[in-house]
Amino acid sequence: METFHGIPVSPGVAIGKALVLHSEDVFDVAKIEIRTEDIPKEIVRFEESLTKTRSELFGIQRKIAQDLGHEHSDIFSAHLLILEDRTLIEDVFSKIKDERVSADYAFALVIQRYFHAFSQINDEYLRERIADIKDVSRRILQNLRGEKKDSLVHLKEEVIVIAHDLSPSETATMDREHVIAFATDIGGPTSHTAIMARSMEIPAIVGLDRISKEISNGDMIIIDGNRGITIVNPDPVTIDRYTREEKRFVELVTELDKLKSLTAETLDGYRIHLTANIEFPDEIPSVLAHGAEGIGLYRSEYFYMNRSDLPSEEEQFEAYRHVAEQLAPKPVVIRTLDLGGDKFLSSLEVPHEMNPFMGWRAIRFCLTRTDVFKTQLRAILRASVFGSLKLMYPMVSNCTELKQANHILEEVKKELREGHISFDEKLEVGAMIEIPSAALTSDILAREVDFFSIGTNDLIQYSLAVDRVNEKIAYLYEPTHPAILKLIQMTINNAKKAKIWVSVCGEMGGDPAMALLLLGFGIDQLSMSSFALPKVKKTIRSVTFKQAQEIALRALEFTTGEEIKQFSQAKLRAVAPELFED
Amino acid sequence: MTVASMEPEKVVEKKFVIRNKLGLHARPAALFVRAANRFQSEITIQKGKQKVNGKSIMGVMMLAAGPGSHIIIRILGPDAQRAMTEIEKLIDGNFGEQE
Repeated sequence: METFHGIPVSPGVAIGKALVLHSEDVFDVAKIEIRTEDIPKEIVRFEESLTKTRSELFGIQRKIAQDLGHEHSDIFSAHLLILEDRTLIEDVFSKIKDERVSADYAFALVIQRYFHAFSQINDEYLRERIADIKDVSRRILQNLRGEKKDSLVHLKEEVIVIAHDLSPSETATMDREHVIAFATDIGGPTSHTAIMARSMEIPAIVGLDRISKEISNGDMIIIDGNRGITIVNPDPVTIDRYTREEKRFVELVTELDKLKSLTAETLDGYRIHLTANIEFPDEIPSVLAHGAEGIGLYRSEYFYMNRSDLPSEEEQFEAYRHVAEQLAPKPVVIRTLDLGGDKFLSSLEVPHEMNPFMGWRAIRFCLTRTDVFKTQLRAILRASVFGSLKLMYPMVSNCTELKQANHILEEVKKELREGHISFDEKLEVGAMIEIPSAALTSDILAREVDFFSIGTNDLIQYSLAVDRVNEKIAYLYEPTHPAILKLIQMTINNAKKAKIWVSVCGEMGGDPAMALLLLGFGIDQLSMSSFALPKVKKTIRSVTFKQAQEIALRALEFTTGEEIKQFSQAKLRAVAPELFED
Repeated sequence: MTVASMEPEKVVEKKFVIRNKLGLHARPAALFVRAANRFQSEITIQKGKQKVNGKSIMGVMMLAAGPGSHIIIRILGPDAQRAMTEIEKLIDGNFGEQE
């Protein structure tokens, strides 16, 4: 039995057989020398593998265009051109002829030279394209070897997929019925694998480093997507423990599923709203399945990532309209462009910054690049007639920014009116409260907007001066730090005084113990990953508002974050013991 | 002799500055390569000391000619003039990007 630790990106427990996909070693090809008379045969073999790869890519391109739309299938046009690249092909031919080596070896050698050259170029867009070239090259090599690929298309039994990384071309054609979990060497919470797992609602762990090399096909594996643990060839006791846990998890999910159509209302009838956070329109089915009352945070950044051009107004309009229509009459809050910092934007030349989290990003960026900002605002406004849309500005640090952003919004509205283009005149506009200065001046900011949304992830990072991706200081990242609770309480109180509604849309809202405190402070709405929703709803339905208020006030009397954490956990256990698995 | 049907070998050379927002290496690379492959002539692109085959997607991407890059396009072959006209249209039209 061996245990590996990685980043849990989708919850749940799965026990099953491993199916190991290609590892990176696919490009390590043994040198095979050939006889002179076999040269033509190798050349034909190489050409055949290109033809075969081309027809496979056409098939995948069609499937992706059907499932996700043409803009996603476009990336395969470049894939296809690689197969017609005469320079590359001639290079392979001459290697075969001059060095008398197999086509596999010749191709691997030539393509690795390209990988190396691309990785040297100081251009983020090109470095990202290496993944595409690898995807095509892997197919070519597998075709040369006559290896079975797309091993995920027809599966006979349930498997846990282990890979170095999963590419869109693999997940697009995957047999979803039989894949019960993912585990990969690389990736983070927003990698393709993570997003896919969450939308399929299967457990997944990424960042396991060398898992694809350590595990063999058919190994028995446990994926603990709650804790980020992968266990290989577990002993009977462990299997037994996890089988019970898996069963309890399923029971809990079934139990919580019953809450789906019920409201998030306390025992004494105090009602709040629970909404979901999404990044991609294809997460909508999951949002609805978990009984969300709307979308409290629709991140719009994906439009700008992994591409070299800017998204057009039309493209954004179509996506916003789709989401608005799917959710109607439930509300959808779109967060305007929040790029910079940890997110990469290939289409805009954003200079490298020493301290990107405090740099030129989000609303700061939008107020300078008004062209980009206006395009997005126009798209949102145009889509607003198809459902109930709201918008909010991220990273507001003072009142001037808010006024400027609203001024630009008014300009766009005026343009639309002049062009006789309809939009929702009553569209609500909010400010994200995620910088301490915004929380401290929320009484002033409240005059400019219709609602607040507290982004706890950044609020914690900025208030406690803790870089949330730095492992060495991770222990300082405390959502229950008294300072954080005070800032949240202040923001909620100021919103109430100004008679505007206020929501929390960070990770905190999805944690039942924290939800208890937020409820007690008087929050109107909690927005979270949709899979966290049922547990939070269960929590809300298990207390009276009065109880929650008392718990929240008590929490503020402690001196450390750890004490508050222990206290709120204990209180949660007292009111909703069903949520605890042991 | 059928000389009349043959165009003479020609070399055409021209300097360009890449002005579209994306640069030559991104989506425009595919457009460029597709256009280049419609002609018989040899097409090379040079940026600084680096020279690549204009019909090779890998080559054109690797040139990493971002916005503002100065490049020289050299075309050799029977349809060189027509090829240059076509390529000029592409580059001067900013590869169909909307501003």
